[in-house]
Order: sequence, then structure tokens, then C-alpha cells
Amino acid sequence: MNMSDRENKTNPILKVSDLRVSYGKIAALKGISFEVYKGEIVSILGANGAGKTTTLNALTGVLRAQGGSVEFKGKDILGIATDKITEMGMIHVPEGRRIFPGLTVGENLRVAAYLYENRDRARFEERKAYVFDLFPRLKERINQPGGTLSGGEQQMLAISRGLVTGGDILLLDEPSMGIAPKLVLEIFDTIQQIAANGQTIMLVEQNAMMAMDISSYCYVLETGEVAHEGTSDQMKENDSIVQAYLG
Amino acid sequence: MKKKNLQSLVSIIILAVVLIALSEMKLVSTSKLLVLQYIGIYSIMVVGINIVNGYMGIFSLAHPGFMAVGAYAAALCSKYCFTTVYLYPLCLLAGGIAAMCVGLLVAVPSFKSKGDYLAIITLGFTLMVQSILQNAEIVGASRGMTNISKFTSLYWVYACLVLAVVIAGRFINSKYGRSLKAIREDEMATELVSVNVRHAKTVAFGVSAFLIGVSGALLCHLLGYTSPSSYGYSNVVDGLVMVYIGGVGSITGSITGAVIWQLLVQMLKGLGTWRWVVGGALLCLVMIFLPKGIFGYQEIGEALRDLKKHDIHKSGGEARS
Repeated sequence: MNMSDRENKTNPILKVSDLRVSYGKIAALKGISFEVYKGEIVSILGANGAGKTTTLNALTGVLRAQGGSVEFKGKDILGIATDKITEMGMIHVPEGRRIFPGLTVGENLRVAAYLYENRDRARFEERKAYVFDLFPRLKERINQPGGTLSGGEQQMLAISRGLVTGGDILLLDEPSMGIAPKLVLEIFDTIQQIAANGQTIMLVEQNAMMAMDISSYCYVLETGEVAHEGTSDQMKENDSIVQAYLG
Repeated sequence: MKKKNLQSLVSIIILAVVLIALSEMKLVSTSKLLVLQYIGIYSIMVVGINIVNGYMGIFSLAHPGFMAVGAYAAALCSKYCFTTVYLYPLCLLAGGIAAMCVGLLVAVPSFKSKGDYLAIITLGFTLMVQSILQNAEIVGASRGMTNISKFTSLYWVYACLVLAVVIAGRFINSKYGRSLKAIREDEMATELVSVNVRHAKTVAFGVSAFLIGVSGALLCHLLGYTSPSSYGYSNVVDGLVMVYIGGVGSITGSITGAVIWQLLVQMLKGLGTWRWVVGGALLCLVMIFLPKGIFGYQEIGEALRDLKKHDIHKSGGEARS
């Protein structure tokens, strides 16, 4: 994995500084900062309620941030509408999958090609072939309504939908949540494969062990603050972290 | 795709032949012809309502407002600008476009408001249009407009219906149409896959209002008059009933709903005011046993295919036992 950008701290694709979000009077994020560099898998780990999902939602404008800055590809994106941020290339696969249950697998993917499907039909066919190659199960179920898929298959569909939209960074919110262990392994293998194809990925996970295994750099959130950060190897060597999060 | 085009062409020719036979050869009485025209006009309206209420899943009550705007705009046109029957299409177009412009405005509150709140906002719009018309002397205030040229005929109605079905069908299968269905299922997720939700909603309200406006234009040129009282609560209910009986999110369903409700209204005429009791009871039954309407989220082709599959499974099951 290419670590030189991170070592030199040059050209982060995503640079978050002092991001603050609150729900009413309750502060959910008390000023967190982190960077993601091109080609990395970066994990944000932490327990329930640490602010992981809030972070992603603030990045893509689903939630309004109270302060701080989010620089994506050198531009400040705080306050921009969600679909515009997506158009700029930040693709968010939300918590709980949020596929379109009444639409077929094929339609789910086609909606995701909204930006370019009229101009560039070939691109859609190409990306569809790519995701079916990653997740052959989806191809078998192409005419089945999304709601009839199992949890794991729905997660595959949600990731595929993100890939069909396509962008410079893929934000994955708890891809292991509520999924059979065997499928979790399959999905994490595929995430690694997607990264190997050059996709930058930011992964939010409660399942810290699995996330560390595939990511190069990790941030640990604790009640709305970055408590620890480091490469996956550094994390695994740190006993207090292992005991608190991996034990 | 070619086969589908051929099929639609054949069905349009059959429709045309039937219509010519009915009206030129005097196979049915004039009053029945009138009912046929009502069916056609309300089908256009229901297709329009279904785009917003069915496909996009927004509970809007703005249709009487759109219908009124379409009717009055077209009536003014046929009175003062395009006074011959050859220019009638321009009047219909004017009605549709006027309603569409208003529809684009009504789309704005739907960006933020949802559910019950949006229903109240759109109902407010309908009542506002009605009051404005009741007070505008220029269009006859509460007396309404009379002596409108009776341009509408069976052919105009069904030509417009065919066009409406083509427009709605193409729209639903376009990228906007697909994103409407996605908005219905999960608005936030739709934004996250790069769909400009505001844009999609605006276009949907525009197309929907256009079709409803055209239906209003046709109706007032059929009756020869129009008045603000036709665009109030009873029109709200009529429109919704046809959508929800026929089936939400379906063009076949829209037409089915219009046919059933218009026939029912005619058949129950003898009952006087009691017809609302019978009609209401029927509506309750449909909603209990077919909550999505007769063709909920399905077109006729898909419904027949499902039925066939069902039969095969059934006979297969019997053979085994």
C-alpha cells in the first residue's frame, strides 16, 4: 500500500479539521480531525454512540455541521447539498444499507447511474459488469425486488449501487451490521479487492478486528473525539487499545 | 422493443375503429357517449395525479387547483384567441402549460415538507385557487364562465388520452421516472446516489400538472361552462378515489380507476344522495382487500404474467398432490 503520501502529509483527498456536530444541545462530534489519502483504506472505529455514523453523515451533508472544515479534493464542501457532494465524487453507502426495496436489483443500480446514463450508456454497462463480477449473486437476482434479498445481499447491492454512481472516495458505513458471519468475510474480501483496483475507501466499523485487517490507517473515536490514531499494525501493538476495542 | 411498438400501434388502431363505430354509426346513445368522454377525460387526470401521488409517493391534494387553472386558461383562449375548432389543440396546450407553470411552483414546498404537512399545503393551494376564481370578476367570479365553445368530442378526448399515456409512459421509464420511484422508497438514499431530488420533484409536478390541466381544459369544453364550485373538496375526493381504486403507481390502474368510478357514479345516479353511501362502502371494501388498488405498482402486462405464473404453480401443486 502506498503510504508515502500519508508520511509526507501531501495532497490528502479528504481533510477534515475540527468537525463539530450536535443534536440540539448534545454534542455528537466535539471537533474531530483526520485525513484520507488516495488509494488507502482508512477505518474509523469505535463503540456505539462514538460518533462514527454522524461523521459520515456530516461529510455528505445529510447532517448539518456546526463548525470546522471539510476539504475534499482541495475544495471546502461543508454546507453543499448532498447530491452535489456525490456528484463531486464522494460516494456514501449509508448505515443500514438503505436500498430501494420495491425496485429490482437492476433498477436499484440504474437509479445510481442518474448522472450519466443518458450521455454514456456504455459506462453504465461497464460498471454494471464490474459489480456483477465482484458480486455474482446479484447478477442471479437482477430481476428480483431489492427487499427480497438477504441482509448480506442487500449490503452487496448497496455497495454496488455506490460503485455504479462512482467516485473518488467510497464511504462505507458498517458493512458488517446484521449480516451472517460468512457473508461478512465475503464482503470484506470484496472491499479489499475494490481497494486493490484503485478505489479509495473510508470504512466505519464496530467490528474493529476485521476492519483493521484490511485497512492501512485507523482512527478510534470515543464519545465524539479522536482518541487514538495510527496504522493498523501500531494499533494492534497497543495493548490498551486491544483491550478496550478488540478484547 | 419493436414488438411492443407494433402492439401499441395495433391497440391504438383498434381503439380508433371502436370509437368511430360507436359515434358515427350511432351504436350507443348520446348519453352513453358522454359517459365515455368523461371516462377518457378523468383517465387523463388520474394518470396525472398518479405521477405525483403514486410513482413519487407524495400525498398531494393539488389536482383540483391544476384542473381549474387548465380549464380557465383554455376557456379564455378559446373565447378570445383561438376561436375556431382547428385551433382547439392550442387551447388545450395553453391549459396544460398554464397548469404546468403553477405545478412548478407547487413543487417548491415539497422539497422540505413531507406527509401530512405537504397534504395540508397542497390542499391550501387548491382552496386558494378556488377562492381566487370565486372573486375574479374577469372570469365571472362565482358564476363561472359560460358559453364556452363545445369543441370537445370523443375523438379529441381519446387522442389526448393516447398522447397522455405515451407521455406518462415515456416519462416513467426515463431517468426521472426511475428516480421518482427511488424517492418514494427512500429519499435520503436517492440523494446519496447523486439524484438531484429537487429537480426530479419539480419535473414530476410539472408533468403531472400538465396532464391534469389538459383534462380540465377538455372537460370545460365538453360541458360548455365551468365554475369555481367544481374545483373544491368533491373534486379532491373524486381524484383520489380513482387513483386508489385503480392502483397507485400504474397507468393501467389509473385508467381502470377512472372507468370503474365513472361507471359507478352513473349507475348509482338513481339512488340520489344515497349513492355516496354505496360508493363509499365499495371504496372501503377495495381498500381493505386491495390496499394498493387493483393494479398497484403493476401494468397490465406484468399483472397477466403474474396471474399465469400463479396458475402454473397452482396446477403444479395439484398435480403433485
